[in-house]
Amino acid sequence: MPKCPECDADVTVGSDAVKGEIVSCPDCGAELEVTEITPVALALAPEAEEDWGE
Amino acid sequence: MNKNPTVGVLLSRVRVEEKLLLQELASRGVETKVIDDRTLVLPTEHRPDLGVDVVLERCIQHGTALYALSILDGWCVPTVNTYEVAEVCGNKLLTTMRLVRHKVPAPKTRVAFTPEAALTAVEELGYPVVMKPLIGSWGRLVSKVNDRESAEAIVEHKDVLGNYLHSIYYVQEYVAKPGRDIRGFVVGDETICAIYRYSEHWITNTARGGRAENCPVTPELNDICVRAAKAVGGGIVAIDVLERDGELLVNEVNYTMEFRNSIDTTGVNIPAKMIDFVLDVAKRAKN
Repeated sequence: MPKCPECDADVTVGSDAVKGEIVSCPDCGAELEVTEITPVALALAPEAEEDWGE
Repeated sequence: MNKNPTVGVLLSRVRVEEKLLLQELASRGVETKVIDDRTLVLPTEHRPDLGVDVVLERCIQHGTALYALSILDGWCVPTVNTYEVAEVCGNKLLTTMRLVRHKVPAPKTRVAFTPEAALTAVEELGYPVVMKPLIGSWGRLVSKVNDRESAEAIVEHKDVLGNYLHSIYYVQEYVAKPGRDIRGFVVGDETICAIYRYSEHWITNTARGGRAENCPVTPELNDICVRAAKAVGGGIVAIDVLERDGELLVNEVNYTMEFRNSIDTTGVNIPAKMIDFVLDVAKRAKN
């Protein structure tokens, strides 16, 4: 099972996950990006910047 | 030649919205290419060869969306939305001017370019007012200013701490909402659905914790939303509408709309309607 890069908790990632998808760590709440699918790898998602949005 | 269009989805992160859109494309068997804007390199001298018939822009970063679309549109690659729409909607002042010029009701707005003139603008409108950065979303750095002392503090902070865009002071009359505002979702010529966004806080964005409920699309609401959409260039946009004594005012127009909280709430398959539109744009471009 992939680990949260922030707090090392186990993170469950759905089987339908796609590269680039954002998931949350159940323990620390960090936003994580799925960077690889096979095997699943996670990285901290970038922090919101000034021009992010809709 | 493949008669079915290939759809490129330009994105930064696959959020709930992007996943739903990709699932909708997959369910229809549409050939789809995910284009990660973080690794994208676009040429300026010739038409970018992305191998797609239409690009659905879903970048999270306005600057990325804007400049990618400028090149794609510049080389006549069909895009949803267009560069024009991104440019106008990504800037609150440009949006306001389009609304005004198309006679779409909107809150009174003043613009000033120095701290002193900003304070004059604030007092001209009368307290409370709302000060907003020209570029930004999710209600970030939007300030309700209740008195002169607050106005002076905010203007000084913007002047000293902000980049040059924060020295263009956008001041709007405060519209006392009935604890909610309306978001209308426009696809092409139709308001496909709408939600009320309730919040105890005066900022009602669902990104800031606002609660969504279905809002019936009345002819009046449809009319103002579609007119606002057309004013900014048309396409797929979300219109933020304020209510004041039975009057509707368009507050903002969003060109990379978020809709995760609005599908179950409204019962409308928003991603399906969006993909219908995208495929239609591709087909019209081919003919």
